Amino acid sequence: MSKQDNFRKQVKSFYGILVISFAMVLLIGVLGVIYMMDPSVFSSKKDTPNSEVVDVDPDEDWDKIENGIHLRTGFKDGEGLMTVVNNCTNCHSAQLVIQNRMNEERWIETIRWMQKTQNLWDLGDNEKVIVNYLVTNYPPKSKGRREALTNIEWYPLEQ
Amino acid sequence: MKRRNFVKKTGLGSLVGILGLDIVYGAKIPENYTLLGLQDPDPFQMFDKDKEMVVLNSKPWNMEAVAHLLDDRITPNKYMFIRNNGLVPENIDVKKWSITFDGESVKEKKTFTLEELKSKFAHHTYQLTLECGGNGRSEFDPPAKGNQWTIGAVGCASWTGVSLKDVLNEVGIKDDAVYIGYHAADQHLSRDPNKEPISRGVPISKAMMDETLLAFKMNGEDIPLVHGYPLRLVCGGWPASTSGKWVNRISVRNIVHDGEKMTGSSYKVPCNPVAPGEEVKNEDMCIIESMPVKSLITYPKSGAMIPKGKKLNIRGHAWAGELEISRVSYSIDFGATWSECSLEKPVNRLAWQHFKASISFPKSGYYEVWARATDSNGVSQPMLLPGWNPKGYLNNACHRIAVKIS
Repeated sequence: MSKQDNFRKQVKSFYGILVISFAMVLLIGVLGVIYMMDPSVFSSKKDTPNSEVVDVDPDEDWDKIENGIHLRTGFKDGEGLMTVVNNCTNCHSAQLVIQNRMNEERWIETIRWMQKTQNLWDLGDNEKVIVNYLVTNYPPKSKGRREALTNIEWYPLEQ
Repeated sequence: MKRRNFVKKTGLGSLVGILGLDIVYGAKIPENYTLLGLQDPDPFQMFDKDKEMVVLNSKPWNMEAVAHLLDDRITPNKYMFIRNNGLVPENIDVKKWSITFDGESVKEKKTFTLEELKSKFAHHTYQLTLECGGNGRSEFDPPAKGNQWTIGAVGCASWTGVSLKDVLNEVGIKDDAVYIGYHAADQHLSRDPNKEPISRGVPISKAMMDETLLAFKMNGEDIPLVHGYPLRLVCGGWPASTSGKWVNRISVRNIVHDGEKMTGSSYKVPCNPVAPGEEVKNEDMCIIESMPVKSLITYPKSGAMIPKGKKLNIRGHAWAGELEISRVSYSIDFGATWSECSLEKPVNRLAWQHFKASISFPKSGYYEVWARATDSNGVSQPMLLPGWNPKGYLNNACHRIAVKIS
């Protein structure tokens, strides 16, 4: 087989891959456009959403931030957000972090506890970034010995 | 949900494109199978829970009730709180399920299949109060780390099983036995097979009580998966973490059980009272045993508005760990005066008791109805937060609801 033939064959096979790839990209693109115009095209009729949880479409933007909230996790947007997402949501959900309020010392203590007992890795330089994000966005709030009742939903009681 | 169908219908080739990764053995995925990574879990559907239940954490699953959902005398599954430490076991083969008794203080290691357990020992049914040790944690100041439970990590379902005592007697335990520790089939969050998410237990005296069950039924049906199917240890009146789910081994120990979340500071409070925020060494922490006296107003829901001159009927439950409730009182003037509620006897030991009252209000305006239970030792619930502790356990402060008279 001559060198030229060989080269031609390679070009041909490369061209083939290129065409297939292009066709696939085009197909996904077309389906994507149809989906964007009318998402119900792809869902079965039975499938009525009954969840009150907002269904975020990660295909659209996996890390979308709306009103200062990282939609996928619920974390507040801020410096170090993605470092926190990437290191702190592998074992437990973000909700466990968000519910808690701690100062720097106690966030670090919590990290040490997870490293000692829960297989959390050495965070290296990221630890500073993570702790700074947590203290800034989830600092302790003083509640006193008993808080007033808040968020009362008033309703007329028939009895 | 729609995304999932979209992904399904566009086929695997595009799936690779969309996810930006390759699925090894993609061709072998059975039809109609949804990849785990693409499932959006609806916990209410998955665990058959009411939509008003509150999810605190999705990994691990933790969910609590709100006060008015707990109005039933026997808590149905849909209002039963979920507290998990690890991942719910998958692919349980109930036919092959067995429980092994081992440890320093068994005369001989012994294993029973679930069927043997059910056929060999007498069945008992008790209504048992289970409350998470951290119920009420959200109120502590300075805040304590962990799931921020408000008031809804409690329930009193009916449990059917065999007495652990009967099984321990059959196994034969040595005189030096001091504690039992459970082991279970749930997986550690890190999926490290060498780690147990939780392995707690109780002193042998609690293990030998009539009401301490190896249960296979909750409210007359197979225990729901998330609550420990097919076998759960139930130690009523103690922190619910002692009621191990998915139990497949019980170690009879000649020392205080040293399993996961028995050592360190978990489920422990300072042996001596400390100031809020004070640091406490592990060796100065003591294991929580019986839960403290507590009550909940389950009717009406907070926020009721009633016309002037009408009486308000309230009701709820009270419980006190190992003890009985002797009295429940209510106050509409922030504790200045208290009136008695009528109180029922428990249906059995370790079951919560029901109280009710009919309240008149002197004039229009904003009120809070506070309930306060007293146990058989004369100990009452505090109106303020009880002693601060580093992990935020045992908040048994009085429950209250807001009422408006117009």
